[in-house]
Amino acid sequence: MKCDYCDKKATVFLTQLTDGKMKKVCLCEDCANERGVTDPTGFSLADMLTGNFEKSAESLSPTSKASDQRGSSSGGKVCSECGFSIDDFQKVRRFGCANCYKTFEAELTPLLRGMHKSSDHVGKVPEGLIESHFRRQKMEELNQKLADAIASESYEEAASLRDELKALEDTEVGK
Amino acid sequence: MMRFSTLIKHPANWMVGKQEEQGAVITSRIRLARNLRGFSFPGWARKSERAEALKILRPAVEELSPMKDAFSRELSELTSVQKQVLVERHLISREHAARTDGSGAVIERRQSFSIMLNEEDHLRMQSIRPGLKLAEAYEALNELDTELESKLDYAFDPKLGYLTTCPTNLGTGLRASAMLHLPALVLSDQIGQVLQAVNKIGLAVRGLYGEGTESLGNLYQISNQSTLGESEGDIISRLERVISQVASHEQNAREKLMEDDPEMVSDKIGRAYGVLRHAYLIDSKEALNHLSLLRLGGDLEIFPKKTVHLCDVLLMDIQQAHLQLHAGMKLSPEHRDSIRAEIVRSRLQSLESPDNLSNKEIKKSRPKQDGNNKDHE
Repeated sequence: MKCDYCDKKATVFLTQLTDGKMKKVCLCEDCANERGVTDPTGFSLADMLTGNFEKSAESLSPTSKASDQRGSSSGGKVCSECGFSIDDFQKVRRFGCANCYKTFEAELTPLLRGMHKSSDHVGKVPEGLIESHFRRQKMEELNQKLADAIASESYEEAASLRDELKALEDTEVGK
Repeated sequence: MMRFSTLIKHPANWMVGKQEEQGAVITSRIRLARNLRGFSFPGWARKSERAEALKILRPAVEELSPMKDAFSRELSELTSVQKQVLVERHLISREHAARTDGSGAVIERRQSFSIMLNEEDHLRMQSIRPGLKLAEAYEALNELDTELESKLDYAFDPKLGYLTTCPTNLGTGLRASAMLHLPALVLSDQIGQVLQAVNKIGLAVRGLYGEGTESLGNLYQISNQSTLGESEGDIISRLERVISQVASHEQNAREKLMEDDPEMVSDKIGRAYGVLRHAYLIDSKEALNHLSLLRLGGDLEIFPKKTVHLCDVLLMDIQQAHLQLHAGMKLSPEHRDSIRAEIVRSRLQSLESPDNLSNKEIKKSRPKQDGNNKDHE
């Protein structure tokens, strides 16, 4: 059986009773994911069948969209941690997770000037956090160096890098 | 577990604050927005992820020292009327009241602190104080925040500060605001000018009730807009400076009104009292506007000073959900107007008619007032 939306093989079958009428839809896995069918929160088959899907997805909390944005071919940039896309941002003017600030830094920076006094934080800094933040940054950096060292077969350097990393990891555990 | 009825039986701490310090500035409010690292923001998170975040947030918040014996609930445990009552008391946001599963509210016994869990951000913490006390409110809330910070892994970036769902809250995550009662600026037509000036220096102003530019009850809220690039201390001291200027404008306008046209002022306040004291049906718009004038009467000592406090409490108690809670059932608009009037009448029973006082006031400044426009009695 073919998917109702494309020509691939349908593997997801949905039946829903709405207003006493039974409605059926067959989907391939990709189309099912794209439409958030596999996400049990707030999906209505009726909306999809009546062509209201786009609208209903928008009116729902973005919760139900998380999965369909992931890997979708909307073209916009997508956050690797939460699947939020720049198109989503244009719509809701809000982000999906803390990592979005890194992902969409280029898009956000010009906006910040209109919103705030400046684009650099002044004020409270959580002490514990800044420490762990820098440690995290340092570890990322070391990991990159380690990969480079291994690639260039500089094993001595790699060994010392590994020790350094290990030491940093230990302080993190011990905190 | 603290019951809902216990929580709201008592007036909030800010309502019973020192009255002489009130006047134009009713309350000061500080809000901080914080998020957990490694979790999607609540609006984007899947249901399971939101529940997981709540499982971390709720015990951490409940353990805070001021939150011992606090009122703590998941929003799904509250009825819509209960949630609406919390909104009317400024303890949770309107948006938060629309949430159910996976969101929560923890409210300190005296309602000085409230923390929303999985609102737009994972944590929205708030502290309220009577009068112009932004610095004090911040200090208290900052202590809570620092305590939480030692337990939770906050999303923070050295350049952008605290990371929030909406970039308009980025940086300090701080929104400081004051609720102001500005009847004399409204009566003397200066309000537009004053608010425009406040807006020009980058602060947000809005009417507390009512849509658009209309403000019911002459209540306004002034708050900071920028949260990034300015320290908490700077944001607050700038705001306090501006607010106290607005308050002194209001004070001057009151004095000028009493000097120029005390009869007009006494007439307005006296009529407001008359309506509130004797109405059997009153909608919220009319009630808010008359209570505003009665409150002014308290500030001007046409009525005893305690009137100010009486009005502040009534402002809460005559709102829709409070009425519904009071009546214990769903009310039609007509029925609401009737119960509202009943509550107002009974609260004002102890308030003596201002006749003597206002006459004295008028005689003092206008000894030869004639009587061609006297009462109909």
